[in-house]
Amino acid sequence: MGRLMALVPITVFVAVSAGLGLSLSNDPRKLPSMLIDKPTPAFRLASLDAPGGSLSNDDLKGTVALLNVFASWCPGCRMEHPTLVALAHKSQIPIYGVSWKDPSGARWLQANPSPYVRVGDDASGRLGIDLGVTGVPETFVIDRGGRIRYRYEGPINDSVWQERFAPVFAELRSEPQ
Amino acid sequence: MAAEIGHFALILALFFAMLQAATPLLALRRRDAALSIFVEHAAFGQFILVVVAFACLTYAFVTSDFTLMAVAANSHTTKPLLYKIAGVWGNHEGSMVLWVLILTLFGAAVAAFGDNLPDRLRINALGVQGFIGLCFLAFILLTSNPFARLDPAPPDGNGLNPILQDPGLAIHPPFLYLGYVGFSMAFSFSVAALIEGRVDASWARWVRPWVLAAWCFLTIGITLGSAWAYYTLGWGGWWFWDPVENASFMPWLAGTALLHSALVVERRQALVSWTILLGILTFTLSLIGTFLVRSGVLTSVHAFAQDPARGVFILGILVVLTGGALTLYALRMGALKYGAPFAPVSREGALTLNNMLLSVAAATVFLGTFYPLLIDLMGNDKISVGPAYYQITFVPIMVVLLIVMAIGPMLKWKRDDLLAVLGRLRNPLIASALAVLGVLLLTFGRSAVAAAFFGLAVWLIAGSFAVLFRRLRLGSVALDTSLRLARTTPRAFYGLVIAHAGMGITVCGITAMSTWATEKIQLMRPGETLQLSGYDLRFTSIGDAAGPNYQAQRGVFEVLRGGRRVAQLVSERRFYPVREQQTTAAGIRTNLISNLYVAIGEPNDAGGWAVRFYYHPLAPWIWLGALTMALGGFVSLSDRRLRVGAPQPALRRVMVPAE
Repeated sequence: MGRLMALVPITVFVAVSAGLGLSLSNDPRKLPSMLIDKPTPAFRLASLDAPGGSLSNDDLKGTVALLNVFASWCPGCRMEHPTLVALAHKSQIPIYGVSWKDPSGARWLQANPSPYVRVGDDASGRLGIDLGVTGVPETFVIDRGGRIRYRYEGPINDSVWQERFAPVFAELRSEPQ
Repeated sequence: MAAEIGHFALILALFFAMLQAATPLLALRRRDAALSIFVEHAAFGQFILVVVAFACLTYAFVTSDFTLMAVAANSHTTKPLLYKIAGVWGNHEGSMVLWVLILTLFGAAVAAFGDNLPDRLRINALGVQGFIGLCFLAFILLTSNPFARLDPAPPDGNGLNPILQDPGLAIHPPFLYLGYVGFSMAFSFSVAALIEGRVDASWARWVRPWVLAAWCFLTIGITLGSAWAYYTLGWGGWWFWDPVENASFMPWLAGTALLHSALVVERRQALVSWTILLGILTFTLSLIGTFLVRSGVLTSVHAFAQDPARGVFILGILVVLTGGALTLYALRMGALKYGAPFAPVSREGALTLNNMLLSVAAATVFLGTFYPLLIDLMGNDKISVGPAYYQITFVPIMVVLLIVMAIGPMLKWKRDDLLAVLGRLRNPLIASALAVLGVLLLTFGRSAVAAAFFGLAVWLIAGSFAVLFRRLRLGSVALDTSLRLARTTPRAFYGLVIAHAGMGITVCGITAMSTWATEKIQLMRPGETLQLSGYDLRFTSIGDAAGPNYQAQRGVFEVLRGGRRVAQLVSERRFYPVREQQTTAAGIRTNLISNLYVAIGEPNDAGGWAVRFYYHPLAPWIWLGALTMALGGFVSLSDRRLRVGAPQPALRRVMVPAE
């Protein structure tokens, strides 16, 4: 018994380090391949910025747009906020927002300039699960047909936009209608 | 030139570490005193060389030598001197050098002050410490060379992330590293004891001061980080359960458990094998924290530049160090001596419970941190774990711990009677009941949960003092006898009282913040006023201001209460052109009982500004309590018994043969 007990810590540790080793091959910034090129999961969320309105997956169809999952409690979201505002106002990129598990999202939107066309309130985090969101901020590029084409985890800044998003956008916009 | 000297010093330090790690094997077999002395000198040499490397890197940052990649990527000529220096550890490469600097500092300290340690233990511990140094120096030189050159050199650097440009955060990493690198001492001593196959009371007495020192620094480091988050992120939160915060919190929980279990080893020679295991695990959690921050498996605000090669390397170090230590543990555990038995209701019993609770708490945080990774590995689902998880798992464990924390110190060693103990705790019980009643009455019964937590906090604070009063026999003997007792009571005892009471203070702060904090967000124009919790906030003026490396819009506010002016608050929106980043500097007025907190946000087209105003009752207590805990640790550390160490116990030494 005592002998076996002595082996418990090393066994647990081997399991943990194997897990850590496997997780190294796992890049959280990559989309699980199953969602790429698939239609955006069906959803309908109450709107945070237009009282009585809603945001659904059908709203995303028709243009190449960003779907930005954020929360007012997330420092990374605050870091990317000015970039999003600039993108929305200067570059005319349509950005749809999903306020994720955030009871004070509405207040935050009132207090700050909104880069969003429309913001849906994902209070339960249900849409987050469907989208495979691991943390906020997370941003998806949705094509005209409403399919997810690109995913990025972490705050967007100008260089991220130029290097990662701009090429995707250019390509999707040049796709035939 | 300085960069080459620094680089060369690091390479040389690597060789010293190699010798320091290898020589003990020879020294102990040959019983050659000269070789033992050589190990000590290698520890000094390694430390001095790393100091040289660190100084060279600092010089490069201060003189803005942009031919160095690390400097160009993280510094800028217009940055204030403080942040040029803080920039040394504000990036991955430099912070690793600081990491090793502190590691070798502890090694050199053992070599310098370890005269009272038995030879074999000291040499073995130094050898293990040297091996850790070897691993990390190799890591720095092979994957993250801070002295890598850049050609052509840019005319100016990228600057340090503005949200890191803050005095509190400038000193946060050194404290944090003193803490979790300091736990390497627990690891080295545990492994050394396993190599020897012998653990006794004096072992615990030697290890405890190092663990205690590391614990104090880690406590301060975490406190600084939390306070920083509170005032820079601009919305008044103080803990986020962010993976990287958890990375520093897990070693803290394990280290706290270790402090207490080492006490049992020292006094009763019980829990020996558990304490050794904790010593290994505490440092392992520090290593896992390092892995988390630098490998890129999780994303977080804290995460450094992410490079899988570094992740593989650190994981390798983790496997070799912890895997080796735990294998040794599995082999030697049977040979470790078990101490005297004790009854469940006894000081040992309470400390065992303390250890179980703290370990479960650490495991809970570990699970919360890694669960998303685990789920991700098992299927394709990606999930996240938020504060709600910790509220239902971590908080209940803490509640039990808080209850036990006041009872434990009242218990006698070996065996005690629970009813008698509760009798000794009659006054704290009454005080706690009064606190619950008081809060219920003042809030008309609406804040039952808060009342319960205040009851707990008062129970803990009053309980800590009750322990002291009992020790001084206050009330039952003449006052001058009590005073005499107060003088002869060891400082470690005062340390206990202060640290436990500090925890109570923190609990008060957390409870009040989670229950009664109020906030208002409003669009305001200069001259307008808003009301919150009996305070009037008047927006006096807004104007431009210039900092050393930023431009700011400065809002000035006046806080009035009942028409009387309480304070003037200034909040700035700062723009850092180098990084094109915007930050908010909040205006905070604290009277140590409550905070008034104002942060100015975006302007709108109509000349209004989004203003956030918070009233945070007892918020300062969260950090004051934590600093009080650290103070308790330092007071305990100043105890003579710890400094002098054990009298050479040549005869008392419990000999346990190795297998």
